[in-house]
Amino acid sequence: MSEKRYAYEAWEEVTRNEPHLSSLDEPLTLSELTSPFAAIDPVRPEESDLTTNAGTGAEAIGQRVVITGRVLDENGEPIPGVIIEIWQANAAGRYNHEFDSWQGPLDPNFVGRGRCMSDDQGVYRFLTIRPGAYPWKDETNEWRPAHIHLSIMGPSIASRLVTQLYFPGDPLFPLDTIFQSIPEKDRERVVCRYDHDLTEPGWAMGFRFDIVLRGAQATPFETDRVYEGVHA
Amino acid sequence: MTLDLTPTQTVGPYFSLGMMPEGANILTQSGTEGEHIRIEGYVFDSDGDPLFNVLLEIWQANAHGRYNHPLDQRPLPLDPDFVGFGRTSTDANGHYWFQTIKPGPVPYPGDKMQAPHIIVLVHASGVSHPLITRMYFADDPRTESDPVLQGVPPNRRSTLLAKREERDGETVYRFDIVLRGEAEDLVLEGKIVAEATEDAVRGTGKAETVFLALR
Repeated sequence: MSEKRYAYEAWEEVTRNEPHLSSLDEPLTLSELTSPFAAIDPVRPEESDLTTNAGTGAEAIGQRVVITGRVLDENGEPIPGVIIEIWQANAAGRYNHEFDSWQGPLDPNFVGRGRCMSDDQGVYRFLTIRPGAYPWKDETNEWRPAHIHLSIMGPSIASRLVTQLYFPGDPLFPLDTIFQSIPEKDRERVVCRYDHDLTEPGWAMGFRFDIVLRGAQATPFETDRVYEGVHA
Repeated sequence: MTLDLTPTQTVGPYFSLGMMPEGANILTQSGTEGEHIRIEGYVFDSDGDPLFNVLLEIWQANAHGRYNHPLDQRPLPLDPDFVGFGRTSTDANGHYWFQTIKPGPVPYPGDKMQAPHIIVLVHASGVSHPLITRMYFADDPRTESDPVLQGVPPNRRSTLLAKREERDGETVYRFDIVLRGEAEDLVLEGKIVAEATEDAVRGTGKAETVFLALR
């Protein structure tokens, strides 16, 4: 297999008159109101501990952090049985990925991926290390603020969410085009909160991050019926 | 009181680290009921360039038209050898493929039925949210009267149709996806460009795929 070269090119902004998304005035159907969430392979507990899930027997380098919160629908009702996948750079800001050509050091004891499932109360929890900031456009000296990618397979395709979680007080926020792409009033909802009650003495700092999915408002779910027997 | 939704952010270039699409593009086992098919195609941008490292997810009913989900309580068989969810990402030529089965028809609100179709989610680096579309079977007589497809402007319906071909004794449906980079939907993020091989196809002249706005 020939070795491929990878390079970054900036997206060019394209401005045309036709909307990118065609809005279809259609009711959501069974196709959009369902998802594979209840049929995905169960998550093993060790998958949610990124500090040790490399399986080397040694721990990843970095500041241990607990990231926990609840998965909720728009009415504030917890959503159990939701699979959350995360991936992130290591403490030096380097991804364990073939496309990351930045020369920050790799950590042999850190893969940078994890999964967990929300419990009966909608609570999810990861143990990981705080990722480092990451340079990605040297010509303009742009760095990504420290962030963790999240992929959430909610109870419906309509509730599918992919986002990024940031840490409070990051000086890179005003300079990051990706963070700035969120309307100003909504930005606080992708920033986790330091929670001293979650911080484990002598072990790990605790951060709280609630996730709100498109939910019952938009869907005719009868919660009891939908979740009964899921992931039994 | 209603809560505001968590904002979406781009999937970025490293999703395969967390979403592990490797090998997840085969939805079938030998015992899976229904017509076994291969779905394949290219993802292009509006300039006709093949897009590398785009994540695709598909979701579909089984051969009887039953979704593997607790909301679907209709008295139709579930197939123990079929979930209906797949993932893959495009290669250096913008190409992707899935091995699956043709789904059965599923209901539409009221007493209508929908033609067999597959939900396709497109996650592209630089696009800030998943794009949702549908793949229909061009050769299926039910497609023309599908109630969702009828809501699409007639001159754009063809972007949701996959064409059937027989190849080496296998049934293949070709479904290309064309993304347009709109300023409002894109953040200025790098796109990874691979060294496309001599097989690279260009998609010049193809109409932009219709996506469903579920917002």
